Amino acid sequence: MTLTPVLTDTWDKDRSWRLATYERAGGYAGLKKALRMEPGEIVQAVKDSGLRGRGGAGFPTGMKWGFLPPPDGGPRYLVVNADESEPGTCKDIPLMLASPQHLIEGVAITSYAIGCDHAFIYVRGEVLHVYRRLLNAVEEAYRAGYLGKNIQGSGFDLDITVHAGAGAYICGEETALLDSLEGLRGQPRLKPPFPAVAGLYARPTVVNNVESIASVPAIVANGADWFASMGTEKSQGHGLFSLSGHVTRPGQYEAPLGITLRELLDLAGGVRAGHELKFWTPGGSSTPIFTADHLDTPLDYESVGAAGSMLGTRALQIFDETVCVVRAVSRWTDFYAHESCGKCTPCREGTYWLKQVLHRIEAGEGADGDLELLLDLCDNILGKAFCALGDGATSPITSSVQLFRDEYQAHIDGHGCPFDPSASALFPYTPKTRTPGALAGAGAGGHR
Amino acid sequence: MTAEPVETPTTKTRYDAETLASLTADATQIMARYPDPRSGLLPMLHLVQSVDGYVSRDGILFCAEMLGITAAEVSAVATFYTQYKRRPNGTYTVGVCTNTLCAVMGGDAIFDELSDHLGVGHDETTPDGAITLERVECNAACDYAPVVMVNWEFFDNQTPESATALADKLILGEDVVPTRGAASVCSFKQMSRVLAGFPDGRADEGVGAGAPTLAGLSVARERGWTAPEAPAADAADGATGQTSPPVGTPGSSAERTPTTAPDTSVGKDKKSGEDAK
Repeated sequence: MTLTPVLTDTWDKDRSWRLATYERAGGYAGLKKALRMEPGEIVQAVKDSGLRGRGGAGFPTGMKWGFLPPPDGGPRYLVVNADESEPGTCKDIPLMLASPQHLIEGVAITSYAIGCDHAFIYVRGEVLHVYRRLLNAVEEAYRAGYLGKNIQGSGFDLDITVHAGAGAYICGEETALLDSLEGLRGQPRLKPPFPAVAGLYARPTVVNNVESIASVPAIVANGADWFASMGTEKSQGHGLFSLSGHVTRPGQYEAPLGITLRELLDLAGGVRAGHELKFWTPGGSSTPIFTADHLDTPLDYESVGAAGSMLGTRALQIFDETVCVVRAVSRWTDFYAHESCGKCTPCREGTYWLKQVLHRIEAGEGADGDLELLLDLCDNILGKAFCALGDGATSPITSSVQLFRDEYQAHIDGHGCPFDPSASALFPYTPKTRTPGALAGAGAGGHR
Repeated sequence: MTAEPVETPTTKTRYDAETLASLTADATQIMARYPDPRSGLLPMLHLVQSVDGYVSRDGILFCAEMLGITAAEVSAVATFYTQYKRRPNGTYTVGVCTNTLCAVMGGDAIFDELSDHLGVGHDETTPDGAITLERVECNAACDYAPVVMVNWEFFDNQTPESATALADKLILGEDVVPTRGAASVCSFKQMSRVLAGFPDGRADEGVGAGAPTLAGLSVARERGWTAPEAPAADAADGATGQTSPPVGTPGSSAERTPTTAPDTSVGKDKKSGEDAK
């Protein structure tokens, strides 16, 4: 399978982020064409293309747009979820840094399609230069007449507000994002009603991921069939696959859905020299981990799901045999405990206890029965939490205990971690003995 | 909820008149970006940090007065988000990613080395006020691990040595250059002003992408791989416009332009969109 640069295609150009660069590469042809179409035709084209949400859940994008109730004369909103924070996920941020106009054009087309005249881009606050580039891209698009009043003489008006968050993973959850955008604590809302019916300011709202929206211009310009000619029967189109960790050439690989990790690793120079694959995440830390047994699993929604995980954000974090799975999972659990918004008890209390148990196992202070306790805690979170954060927190734990139970048990039986953390690092160092035991440097993690 | 700025004499803040006037002008501009001024609270808190270096008591009162909400409501929001500081922040926030991937690749070692070198722990500030050290969560630069952020600019592929050298320069007040970002790192207050939505004119500085961002594209270029050819313009028009929404398929009525009385009367006797699913 070959790579298919679409979104990435302009990224190596000089000053790739400028509007002029984007236009020279054919940018805004999609918008010009869209403005000559009926809004409903655009929605249908995106439905026909098979584009599914690129933010993790994989919900069909066109269908999401179709859920909006008929226009009632009041405002309807498009909100772009640019709060990329899922551990391992690193595709939207480089996209917006290198080519923000892809997103702006997608916002303009989508807004026209759904009848929105004020769109929002909610970008996480921890990426200063990306925010600068977005503000600048919007400004350039206004000056060129792609935003503002009577766009390209079509009578269509659109304003875009780029909004910086302030550091909260939970705001990637679409209803928490909406609360945050309304100036509140970012806590998820009870669904239904879904945002399509009562979203931003209780008005019909579409919330889409950056990559989803950035994929729209080419679908409109080149046609639904063109998009659907890539990928598999049910997982169509191109997607950014982000390789990170113990891989020779980590980075962004834009390929048709359905490519395998074996193929991607081959393009990326393989696992770190002299080492072998131990475990990996197909779609970020919230997706159950895979091993070398899954090298040939097609990375599409159905195949990854059938293999017991989720395609998620295609965040392929590669860990070689030097990595202690308990350390990795314990640190992810610190993350979920830190980012739990506190709204629901299973997640707030559950992640807190998961963290305690994992810390003591990692530190060699685990007791027999701790693994059962961990799994029981997970059972009390999964499906019982208010939003997907709680479910996500259990994924790395349950999947790693299933695949590496002996390694957990070795920490308990051996009263310590059998791994040397420095062996996993990209540089030689002597771990500082800050905490007692063999766990120096690794067990201090988390935000207390 | 009201967007009316309060009369200066009634303010409970202790800002001098000039500062208050400038804050009020900026906050008014922020609130005008949104259909509901309350949406401006997050950028307004960034604005407060751009003046005070943290979310101060006065800043909380100011936001409350501008939005016509209580100080408790503002505090509830300010304490929810990690970027809002409750104590004066250093000139530079140095954040070491210690989420799993960066930690394993060396982030833990970098944090420990920096912590020893600076003599401060997580969320602590050096006595000279130069650096606030933090463990940070995944910052979406995993293909550049291990990553250090200085005032939320990317310093990619760090080592303990490079990170301590970076910290030393910051302490000496020398310019440091992000791997992917502006030509130099601005101060915490300047950064906060940008995050409040006031551009500093530096968007064109720095690179568009680093090597990992271009890794796949480079392979594609070497091997002559491209996405499928777009069909000829007419054919593409046909492809996108080929079908009208099939009657009766899920959602087909929802995006249809209303044409008949029953279309537009929906919502009079039930909640708008109630039958959209």
